[in-house]
Amino acid sequence: MSDKTLRVELVAADKAVWTGEAKMVIAKTVEGEIGLLAGHEPMLAILSSGEVRITLVDGDKLIASAEDGFLSVEHDVVTIVARHAELV
Amino acid sequence: MGAQLRVYRQKIKSAQTTKKITRAMELISASRIAKAQARVAASAPYARAVTRAVSAVATYSNIDHPLTTEPAKIERAAVVIFTSDRGLAGAFSSNVMKEAEALTVKLTEEGKKIVYFLVGRKAVSNFGFRRRTAEKQWIGGTDLPQVDTAKEIADTVLEYFNREASEGGVDEIHVIFNRFVSMISQEPETLRLLPLEVVEGEEAPASDDVFPLYEFEPDASKVLDALLPVYIESKIFNAMLQSAASEHAARQKAMKSATDNADKLIKNYTRLSNQARQSEITQQISEIVGGADALATVEED
Repeated sequence: MSDKTLRVELVAADKAVWTGEAKMVIAKTVEGEIGLLAGHEPMLAILSSGEVRITLVDGDKLIASAEDGFLSVEHDVVTIVARHAELV
Repeated sequence: MGAQLRVYRQKIKSAQTTKKITRAMELISASRIAKAQARVAASAPYARAVTRAVSAVATYSNIDHPLTTEPAKIERAAVVIFTSDRGLAGAFSSNVMKEAEALTVKLTEEGKKIVYFLVGRKAVSNFGFRRRTAEKQWIGGTDLPQVDTAKEIADTVLEYFNREASEGGVDEIHVIFNRFVSMISQEPETLRLLPLEVVEGEEAPASDDVFPLYEFEPDASKVLDALLPVYIESKIFNAMLQSAASEHAARQKAMKSATDNADKLIKNYTRLSNQARQSEITQQISEIVGGADALATVEED
């Protein structure tokens, strides 16, 4: 497995909630759950409201709630954009 | 104490009281500008991400979306005016209203009928005074805008946009707000929100599958459907934040000059009252001297 990581940006309408490196991001889109690893193809997806699970580089897990938003992936940068987002 | 002296002292008192109030408002506004500016900055990543995503979809796919296509004939236009809830901010609200008036004239000349949406008590009272009607208004909270208010405004204007013109819908949406340029300068700005102008980004490629190959989930048109309202909302939220920051800056400036003016008044009245006191004393002395002289002359005889 490659040791590349994802750069994750979680932004809410009124502030940037969290930014950092991660191994894996699991989010719930309108089509179903999706897991993202480094090297994922560019993608734009609509999130259904729900939680986003982020696995950090050291294996720790981070859970965030993201409501009414979307997710974009390109060049190993994952941007999760939601009107209301909060780390849980 | 002479009558004149008393009048001057009263005036000094009143100017001092006013100065206390304006000074307090100046300080409050000064502390709030920083907060408001920080909120503008904090919302930037969101706006950037949304804009980027919209340009990505609009650029890399070939979809005709009602929100991006220019209608053949524009019959009705909506104008959203952002003012403040409170006054005492110099020309803050009236600048925006003037800009709105100019836009009204321009759109009317183009043969469009205008539907107004108002944000802030000042716009509402201005319309009440001129006996104009507005379709909808939002008051309260202009100095601390919330995302949910922005969503409500965005949803309302989009609902009107999606309606047919014959049923009271609109074909075009403009927003007018004060753009925060710097602490001392805020400019009223007019922005056409819908239909969307060509989104910034590289020039549009010919087909759906051009680099970078975005995959859309569920599909491009659905993604655009969901993104565009968010884009509009973020634009409106940004306008509200800028307007709030401008409001505080304008109020600080207005209150600073009010405080300075009060200072000037106090200084002038103090001079005048000193003069009055001095002349009163002079008069009293000359009366005493005159009286003593008169008595002395009487005794000599």
